[in-house]
Amino acid sequence: MYPEELRYSTEHEWARLENGRVRVGITKFAADRLSDVVFVELPPVGTEVQFMQPFGVVESVKAVSDLYAPVSGKVVEVNEALKDHPEILNQDPYGEGWLVVIEPTDLSELQKLLGRDEYLKLIGEA
Amino acid sequence: MNPREVPLIFEESVPGRVATRFPDPDVPVVPLEEIIPKDYLRERPPEFPEVSEPEVVRHFTWLSRRNYAVDLGFYPLGSCTMKYNPKINEDAARLPGFSRLHPYAPEELAQGALRLMWELEQLLCEISGMDRVTFQPAAGAHGELTALMMIRAALEDRGERRTKVVVPDSAHGTNPASAAMCGYQVVVVRSDDRGNVDIQHLRQVMDEQVAAFMLTNPNTLGLFEEHILEIEEIVHGYGAFLYLDGANLNAMLGITRPGDQGFDVMHFNLHKTFSTPHGGGGPGAGPVGVKNVLAPYLPVPTVEREGERFYLNYNRPKTIGKIRAFYGNFAVLVRAYAYIRALGGEGLRQVAETAVLNANYLLTLLRPYFDLPYNRLCKHEFVLSGRRQKKEYGVTTRDMAKRLLDYGYHAPTIYFPLIVEEAIMIEPTETETRKTLDAFAEAMRRIAEEAATNPELVRSAPHTTPVKRLDEVQAARNPNLRWRPT
Repeated sequence: MYPEELRYSTEHEWARLENGRVRVGITKFAADRLSDVVFVELPPVGTEVQFMQPFGVVESVKAVSDLYAPVSGKVVEVNEALKDHPEILNQDPYGEGWLVVIEPTDLSELQKLLGRDEYLKLIGEA
Repeated sequence: MNPREVPLIFEESVPGRVATRFPDPDVPVVPLEEIIPKDYLRERPPEFPEVSEPEVVRHFTWLSRRNYAVDLGFYPLGSCTMKYNPKINEDAARLPGFSRLHPYAPEELAQGALRLMWELEQLLCEISGMDRVTFQPAAGAHGELTALMMIRAALEDRGERRTKVVVPDSAHGTNPASAAMCGYQVVVVRSDDRGNVDIQHLRQVMDEQVAAFMLTNPNTLGLFEEHILEIEEIVHGYGAFLYLDGANLNAMLGITRPGDQGFDVMHFNLHKTFSTPHGGGGPGAGPVGVKNVLAPYLPVPTVEREGERFYLNYNRPKTIGKIRAFYGNFAVLVRAYAYIRALGGEGLRQVAETAVLNANYLLTLLRPYFDLPYNRLCKHEFVLSGRRQKKEYGVTTRDMAKRLLDYGYHAPTIYFPLIVEEAIMIEPTETETRKTLDAFAEAMRRIAEEAATNPELVRSAPHTTPVKRLDEVQAARNPNLRWRPT
């Protein structure tokens, strides 16, 4: 449920390094806690985002939460499918439910994120 | 007819049926096209339902019988202070001198209304420890925005343009929303494991760019901020303003005053603390109280007294301007005035004491059956967690809240504050008897038992309401907001 190769933020985003770019999503834990997601607001391609600053919003039947960028850089891809099908965030948070791809300015920021074991400890499932 | 079978009024429509027949006009009829530009005329007549007068009356009377209200039963909706509203307040607000007064009536003919506002301002100042009050904001969140605009004006007057507003992670959602609407960047400060603002974290996030710290006290967990004086020192040390979200003033009346705790500005929810029907039952009022340091920026007009005469003062050079038409929701002010005058100082203190006693009594009854993440003496409300029921039986807080409807209660606030998993937020208020609290606690105990012994019963609740479990996901993703002819 928490892939080994990902980096995790304390705000429950995951980051996956893909050929120098970083794909971002939310964890299974966050998706379950939010319950059914009904709306996802993402920035347009080209937006500059800052490490652990809000870059978007996810709304579920329970609550509205900010999305935090796990790495600084420029948004180069946005998951348009979430606009009409926000439910894929719940169904496949590490696959089809990704949020954005970021062209990072400082890859070393990923080292400040948590590894799988540290993240499991954070959510009390270690 | 059974209330659950009330059809849409459109479905009752029969072509040509009318409730009222108008007499033939006794003035010349002018075609609409001659007096209204074509762009503004509709192409087809609106599809109003065509029904008789008794059909209209029966339709809406049946619908009203589906309502739940504090006049029908216990309404423990945490954070909303759904206390019983004395009917004498309604009599006062309906006095013809108030209800028939035109907002443009000359001051000479509105002395009673102006005096009421002036005196209510004095009363709220005494209760809160603030120096001045504006009555214009229409409700709490509007008050927040008004206060932040005053703070921004005061800072600009000092030659400063600050960029940030700090809120705790337990804050009402309106706090960050108001800050963002006022152009501020929102910074969230964590709560500590006793449910207080994490002082160390507050020290880290504070700097010279912070315009204000918005705090609710007692906070949304129903807990008094134990370090309020230290918070005041830290915030003022950076030249920022300390804002009180007055939603929970019910717990402090006559016991402690925000002004004495170091708050510079606050809003009151007259419709909560000072007893006016709300939550779908009527408009609110969110007056803002300020210390003298912010008084020059109050919206216009303020109500002033000169000898025995009361007048509206628009001559305030540093005002942020008008933020609402006329003088706010005046009839709500009348109700609040009647309520405060009926209770007096001693009575208001008793309100707070009984509200706190009721909450702690109910908490003690419920504690064995639910988790209590912050185990402290509470103030006017408390927050339980349904995480045990979710983990062990797959029954969520939402399910249990729905099941409460079957027992004849309004559900508590759920999933707020956000820092409590599966939150159940209960505020009994001071107007409930011990018998009511016992009966509610018994219903909650039985639901906790059902969650263990018959979880499907709870998961599929409610069973006795006119409408069964709604598909909230479908409603949010594909809202169907209007009737269309088939």
